[in-house]
Amino acid sequence: MNGVHDMGGMHGFGPVEPEANEPVFHAPWEGRVLALRRAAGAWRRWNIDAGRHSIERLPPADYLRMSYYEKWLASSIRLMLDAGLITPQELATGRRDPTSPIATPPLTADKVPVAIAAGGPTLRQISAQPRFATGAAVRARDINPTGHTRLPRYVRGRQGVIECHHGAHVFPDSNSRFEGEKPQYLYTVRFAARELWGDSAHASDSVHLDLWEDYLNAA
Amino acid sequence: MSHDHEHDHDHDHGQDVPSDTALRVKALESLLIEKGLVDPAALDAVVDTYENKIGPRNGARIVARAWTDPDYKARLMGDATAAIAEMGYTGAQGEHMVVVENTPEVHNLVVCTLCSCYPWPVLGLPPVWYKSSAYRSRAVIEPRGVLNEFGLSVPDDVAVRVWDSTAEIRYLVLPERPAGTDGMDAEALAALVTRDAMVGVAKVAGPAAKEGA
Repeated sequence: MNGVHDMGGMHGFGPVEPEANEPVFHAPWEGRVLALRRAAGAWRRWNIDAGRHSIERLPPADYLRMSYYEKWLASSIRLMLDAGLITPQELATGRRDPTSPIATPPLTADKVPVAIAAGGPTLRQISAQPRFATGAAVRARDINPTGHTRLPRYVRGRQGVIECHHGAHVFPDSNSRFEGEKPQYLYTVRFAARELWGDSAHASDSVHLDLWEDYLNAA
Repeated sequence: MSHDHEHDHDHDHGQDVPSDTALRVKALESLLIEKGLVDPAALDAVVDTYENKIGPRNGARIVARAWTDPDYKARLMGDATAAIAEMGYTGAQGEHMVVVENTPEVHNLVVCTLCSCYPWPVLGLPPVWYKSSAYRSRAVIEPRGVLNEFGLSVPDDVAVRVWDSTAEIRYLVLPERPAGTDGMDAEALAALVTRDAMVGVAKVAGPAAKEGA
């Protein structure tokens, strides 16, 4: 979707402001939000792409105003409601619907180290051969899907060069809609900065993106 | 934590009054525990992992070893995921790793314009500035301006390569080894390597520069 999250190349956000001696969490609730998302995610009612899309679908003004963990909190609630893990009534009252069964958590403390160390690899084996060879000229497709995509607006329609492929990976556009992983080759594509931003960009600079085969045409 | 007050969304207002957000999180956590959906001990374990066990010291050990062990560096540049796993760092938000090397001709900078992708197993959770709209919007269009704000002026004859983390490949910058470190072992070198250098917004300062800073 052409959302405000797709901010590569936008102006007006001011300087980058690093914080000296920044703590991992600025308040204890931030850590709890991270942990709740991880623990609730262990129910496997959504996937990482659907999770990202739920953040992108926050109203644009809210997206820009909210902190990272505020966005995670809002999106986690949305995901849990949509998945039926909790009901709007339970969320409003803060109490379990007494007619609902009590579940057994899939992620227990003893499983946390293994779960974090395993993560969720997206590499898949497919029989097809890569469509594009290293060094091939490609053009990012000019598409404007209303759902989740990882093709930023600032490269759509622009020409680049295949640097390498990383094997076949889960395709976020379909996976976010729970329409299957549709694994396909993932390429690192190098775009000259001037191809993206015009002559004011430095002649030798470049921007590299990892793009799925469905995002690319031969140039 | 003394920095809470720099982020007015994030902190507890007043001395002992929890913020609305803190109360909402507490209520949600209580509900999920009551429903048996989450294990409170698992929540503690996740927080402890990211607060105390995983952070940029992991990445610094990778960099220092690459500087001191040519065979390791070759493995790291060839298959970063496997070489980083050798050191015990794997998993969530680092399932597929690529290392990009800074040289006298090339400076690398990592961003995620679409969200906040970052190599957690080797750098821990990202700092607020990495997740900010300013960094995400500007790193791709004016990387040299952003680097200048970090105090790093990249000469015209050095190419800047920006890596926008659009997929599940996570990037770690291998900084240049600073001058004046010839006799140092990997442990001493690792102590010089900063998170910012491994994202690409800084260089690694040598021991003399560090003491003088």
